[in-house]
Amino acid sequence: MTVLATPQPTISASETGTETVPLLEVENLSTEFATHAGTLRAVDGVSMSMTAGEVLGIVGESGSGKSVTALSILGLIRAPGRVSGGSIRFQNHGELLTKSASEMRKIRGDMISMIFQEPMTSLNPVFRVGWQIAEALRLHRNMSKAEATERAAELLERVGIASPRKRVSEFPHQLSGGMRQRVMIAMAMACAPKLLLADEPTTALDVTVQAQILDLMVQLKEEDGAAVMLITHDLGVIAEMAQKVAVMYAGVVMEEADVGELFDEPLHPYTQGLLNSIPRGHSRGSALKAIPGIVPNLLHLPTGCRFRDRCPAAHAPCGKAEPPLQRMPDSARKVRCWLHHPEPPK
Amino acid sequence: MRNYLLKRLAQTIPVLFGISVLVFSMLHLAPGDPADLLLGPDATPEAVAELRSDMGLDRPLVVQYGAWAGRILQGDFGRSVVLNRAVLPEILKRFKNTAILTAGALVFAVIFGIGIGILAAVFHQTAFDSTAMLVALAGLSMPTFFTGIAGILIFAMGMQVLPSSGMYPARGGDFFDLLRHLVMPAITLGAVSAAILARMTRSAMLEVIQQDFIRTARAKGVSERGVVWVHALRNAAITIVTVLGMQIGYLLGGSVITEAVFSWPGLGQMMVRAIQARDYPTVQGGVLLIAMSFVFINLAVDLIYAWIDPRIRYS
Repeated sequence: MTVLATPQPTISASETGTETVPLLEVENLSTEFATHAGTLRAVDGVSMSMTAGEVLGIVGESGSGKSVTALSILGLIRAPGRVSGGSIRFQNHGELLTKSASEMRKIRGDMISMIFQEPMTSLNPVFRVGWQIAEALRLHRNMSKAEATERAAELLERVGIASPRKRVSEFPHQLSGGMRQRVMIAMAMACAPKLLLADEPTTALDVTVQAQILDLMVQLKEEDGAAVMLITHDLGVIAEMAQKVAVMYAGVVMEEADVGELFDEPLHPYTQGLLNSIPRGHSRGSALKAIPGIVPNLLHLPTGCRFRDRCPAAHAPCGKAEPPLQRMPDSARKVRCWLHHPEPPK
Repeated sequence: MRNYLLKRLAQTIPVLFGISVLVFSMLHLAPGDPADLLLGPDATPEAVAELRSDMGLDRPLVVQYGAWAGRILQGDFGRSVVLNRAVLPEILKRFKNTAILTAGALVFAVIFGIGIGILAAVFHQTAFDSTAMLVALAGLSMPTFFTGIAGILIFAMGMQVLPSSGMYPARGGDFFDLLRHLVMPAITLGAVSAAILARMTRSAMLEVIQQDFIRTARAKGVSERGVVWVHALRNAAITIVTVLGMQIGYLLGGSVITEAVFSWPGLGQMMVRAIQARDYPTVQGGVLLIAMSFVFINLAVDLIYAWIDPRIRYS
């Protein structure tokens, strides 16, 4: 289908229609968890949009709501959690939040798939890896067992696993962490999804393996034209792969920008803090600047801006009201900070 | 897998040897001299000495053990002192009946125990879950003789729908008669195991459902049914099979009371009588048979284990 389109780069994305229709539009998404101490809003009014083939990086500390956002998109939030509001529209499938369980199952693993952080525990220990990859194909492509297993071997080869025909009949415990993550990627890419949610796909791996896995993801994404939502706390990974970045903090998006803009000129004090806390060549010898304090308890958020307690630039308006995610003039970037708002509260 | 099987088979040999030594020692550890006990208080010392020599009791223990073990290996379990018949055919006949009872109890325990355990995990924290666990707790706390007698009072004497004792009607009967006779003893014997299995299955399933790979399965688009019955159950089965193996042993050994309540002509009843009559060859044969089946059931459980969990097979 794309055979005609690819050799003719003169056809712009907008003409083919891929640019105009967003692939994913998340609006005002809220996800809550009922706890003994009260209802905790892990995702609090998050909006973001992605176009086909785009890589959106989501960064933030642990507990900022990155993973919960991805799981909400996939419809995998389970009790005591629930998506309490907002909208998630996906391509021509429309609103995902109103879909039935069986409709969502058809989308999961086929149109949207996900890679998880822990390759050691994310594969089922008692089934052969080939079977686990083949399962997605049998579910979504109605392949026979033999066809699906054959295809699983091809997929293993594609993710760079040597002697794939031998590996299909191995069990997860026989593979290294890096290989398991390759298997996870093969599984996620089995049905050539339009959107891949990658939740810290390299965090649990050795540094050398991390680079290989990232390269592999870039390669597969380009081949299949999938959009990737890359969730990480590693800004280096974002710089390498993403086009757009959303910085999350305590359940909200603090700043959203093109990756170049964000790294050149971070606007939000939190983003600045994150960037200052990565070691760089030219800052050798000076101490790393960690952001003081810890992520607030979502049950007891400070009034006003939720970053206020840790913010070096906090001033009077910050305690009065929570700043909105404000679009900057002459730019697509957005920031949630009174410093960059035309009318902060008096 | 083949190596594992061979290794596991080889491990049974020292266990069987140990069992045989223990069973053999029973005769000598029991208070009183067997010859004395057999002949009674009025026997002359000469008669006792003659019997002792006949029974080989005057020879060194090692020699006695060697001779005894040699006979056992050839299938000669000795003659029952009470029945004056070869022990082996007698205990095998009784063992078959006990095995039928145990199998019935096991089928009941597996179907109800595992089934209810899975459903309780799936419907975690619902009315079904709490009711099932309450019933399981009740099942656990009720002694076999009470459940058995209550069953007889209700179903045999009250409603008169099930027979209260024996394996067949007095005039003899077919397979369906056997099933009718089996229902109550099997449920009585299997109730505690079903309750234990239900509780263990539930907790194993609940633990597995929390695992990352279950989330992976869901993210792949696997249906809830597939998640529970394929992805989770196969993992929970590792725990379930362990508990099941222990329960089979318990059922084999624990059938004595059930056999007594329902007059089931099993090995347990025979053993009680043999112990009372100090019929040592019968007691030894029976204990040996039960212990051996225990060993082989454990072997089977370990092999099933390896089949379920590849991490055992390949390590």
